Amino acid sequence: MMNRMRALALGVLGMTSIAVPAFAVDLDVTCRCVIGGVNSATAQWLEEKVIPAFEAANPDINVTLNQFGGEDAQLTQQLALDFSTGAGPDITAFDGFLIPAFAEGGQLKSLDDLIGDDYANWEGWNHISPGIRSIMSYDGKTYGIGLGTDVRMIFTRKDLFEKAGLAADWQPSSWADVLDAARKLKEAGVEAPLQLNAGVAMGEATTMQGYWMALLGTGEGVTDENGKYIVSSQGVLDTLNLYKTIYVDEGLGDQRAQLLADGRNRSFANFRDGKTAMLVEGDWFYRSVTAPGAEFAVENRDTVMGWTKMPAQEPGKGIRGQDFVSISGGTGFVINPNTDAPAEAWKFLSFMMSQEQMTAFQEFQPGIRSRSDVPIPNNPFLTETSQTLLPLTTARPNDPNYNAVSSEIQRMTEAVVSGELSPEEAMAQYRTAVIGIVGEENTVSLL
Amino acid sequence: MTTDPAPAPQRKKRNFALLSSRAGAAFLTPAGILVSVFVIFPFFWVIFVSFTNRTLIGRTALNPEFVGFANYLALFDPATFFQRGQFGFSLILTTQFVLASALIGQALLGLLLAWLIQTVPPTIKRITETFVIAAWILPEVVIGFAWFAFLDRDQGTLNMLLESVGLPPGDFLLDQPFWVIVVFNTWRGAAFSMMLFNSAFSSIPPSYFQAADVAGASSWQKFRDIGLPLIRGHIVTDLILITMWTFNTFTPFLLTNGGPSYRTELVSIYNYRVAFQDFQFGKGAAVGVIMMLINLAFALVYLSLGRKKAPKS
Repeated sequence: MMNRMRALALGVLGMTSIAVPAFAVDLDVTCRCVIGGVNSATAQWLEEKVIPAFEAANPDINVTLNQFGGEDAQLTQQLALDFSTGAGPDITAFDGFLIPAFAEGGQLKSLDDLIGDDYANWEGWNHISPGIRSIMSYDGKTYGIGLGTDVRMIFTRKDLFEKAGLAADWQPSSWADVLDAARKLKEAGVEAPLQLNAGVAMGEATTMQGYWMALLGTGEGVTDENGKYIVSSQGVLDTLNLYKTIYVDEGLGDQRAQLLADGRNRSFANFRDGKTAMLVEGDWFYRSVTAPGAEFAVENRDTVMGWTKMPAQEPGKGIRGQDFVSISGGTGFVINPNTDAPAEAWKFLSFMMSQEQMTAFQEFQPGIRSRSDVPIPNNPFLTETSQTLLPLTTARPNDPNYNAVSSEIQRMTEAVVSGELSPEEAMAQYRTAVIGIVGEENTVSLL
Repeated sequence: MTTDPAPAPQRKKRNFALLSSRAGAAFLTPAGILVSVFVIFPFFWVIFVSFTNRTLIGRTALNPEFVGFANYLALFDPATFFQRGQFGFSLILTTQFVLASALIGQALLGLLLAWLIQTVPPTIKRITETFVIAAWILPEVVIGFAWFAFLDRDQGTLNMLLESVGLPPGDFLLDQPFWVIVVFNTWRGAAFSMMLFNSAFSSIPPSYFQAADVAGASSWQKFRDIGLPLIRGHIVTDLILITMWTFNTFTPFLLTNGGPSYRTELVSIYNYRVAFQDFQFGKGAAVGVIMMLINLAFALVYLSLGRKKAPKS
């Protein structure tokens, strides 16, 4: 019995040493991207361009794309569970802000540990700036390769502005200007003129596109300059009062869209259908959500849709004394720490992020890419927004507790926009919850 | 039962012992191992985890610390206990949900249906049974989605029906989420009570009712004085079983996600959120332990009732 096993093992070893290509390696790639659905261009790029080209160059590697159609938070949940139990795709799309929590929890390994020299000597690092590289890094180590970065702004419907008698090149300089415009639009029959994300269902989109964009205008961030979480302050109260004005007191926004499970899509549909005239979102909204052919494509987009900078509460009151504010994040791809084929996974990841493939991505969806040798295409929207907003922008804290605090922020906004709690009560709850997460010594009260 | 080899004549008397005790033990071992690995070990593991601050991601995922009763104290913190989205709120909500949808909704509707189909022609009886049981055996995800589509404000079937007869449409999932899940669970579970009561009524000798008919009793009198007293045991069994099931049900999550603003967050959904959406395994395990204790109490009541009944029959 033992001899037979040994003979079989030797035979298998012998065969593999002669005929390596016969043993194909299978790689699974996951992203929240579906052809004809969310992030359609990414899925198309991978399926039609990257994977065929890679398989042609590496006949012994089979790559399969899993198109994940759920929400961001659901993918996070699945990846957290998969990566801690040794399951999951070999390569996955990943939001940079989750890197610290996953790295600390052992659900991600740094590319140094996982790949080694091949990673360190990759040609691409010469073309990716340290700032962009830091999006997918934590504690001095790199965990993945970024695809690009983004900026946030107010998207406007020029046709509705015209209907309400507002200037087409409207540029607010304070929150009051934004609210005034919303009131005029409402009078002109626009159902829910202003969309500032709130609530639990939208996940990080509430924190980034809603809460941060308002809070930065009060001169504060979620953490102070020492990295301590601000748990009570005038800025938090002003932000919550802004939410209250929009959704509870004056009905300037679609309250239901903040509370329902599919609320974010409802907010997109509102903008498409002309029920919302001002929507605070990232450039992803332009590049992907409202792109021609997408589910929420806006008809005659070039003439109807505009954008403007998000103003601070009052001129000069924004973070770092700015008049206007923005915040940036970034997504990229990471490798499963338990993958059977790290070398092949890295081969695919670096191939996908090569100059040739990333340039090809621009044909599917022009954007601000992580590689400096991939030119920003001749696209007025992208050139203007990146030139105007990148100098103003801010980044989220690179902290393993940020994700948990962000959930509390979403809860706090939901309590206010549902009319359940007053801003003061909601902030008091937030304070207790955040102290429970990070410990009182890592928080600060400014009131 | 016996460990030492019993003498032959004695063994013949025990005609129910099909196997020797050793063979019996051997056959039981695989099941025993499965039960220990998948039931008993996780049971103690959850109790252990509930005393740590273990999370799924972040620093405490790899290096959880022992925190004693901190998770339990946090759940029962009087300052936040009754707040929406906290454990106490969710527990009270679940109690109301059990009272309204199981004890009143399912049991009463089941009893009513079971009584009514005793007297109707067999065809109608069979059709009614088919529909009610269909509601019970359909997969949860399918009916969850069907109800969601039924109740949607803009494209929902219910609002289309209401508007077609001139009634104003409603925003049920957002304005009345609690009553939506109560009605949903009543609809979903009435079949079990109906079937149980139906078979209980069928076991009553028809002569009792015929005698009552001769005496000129009304349907209500027959129900009150003959039907109800004779199925009292079944009613108690039914109430305890549906209470346990409703207490642990998760299906309303498919309709409302526990929202809006935690207004339909039953303890099972609360437990899921804490453990698998906020990734706080330690606190989630503490919720799980408390739920296990509550279920244990229900189970003990059920078992003791069963024991009391046994000597009588």
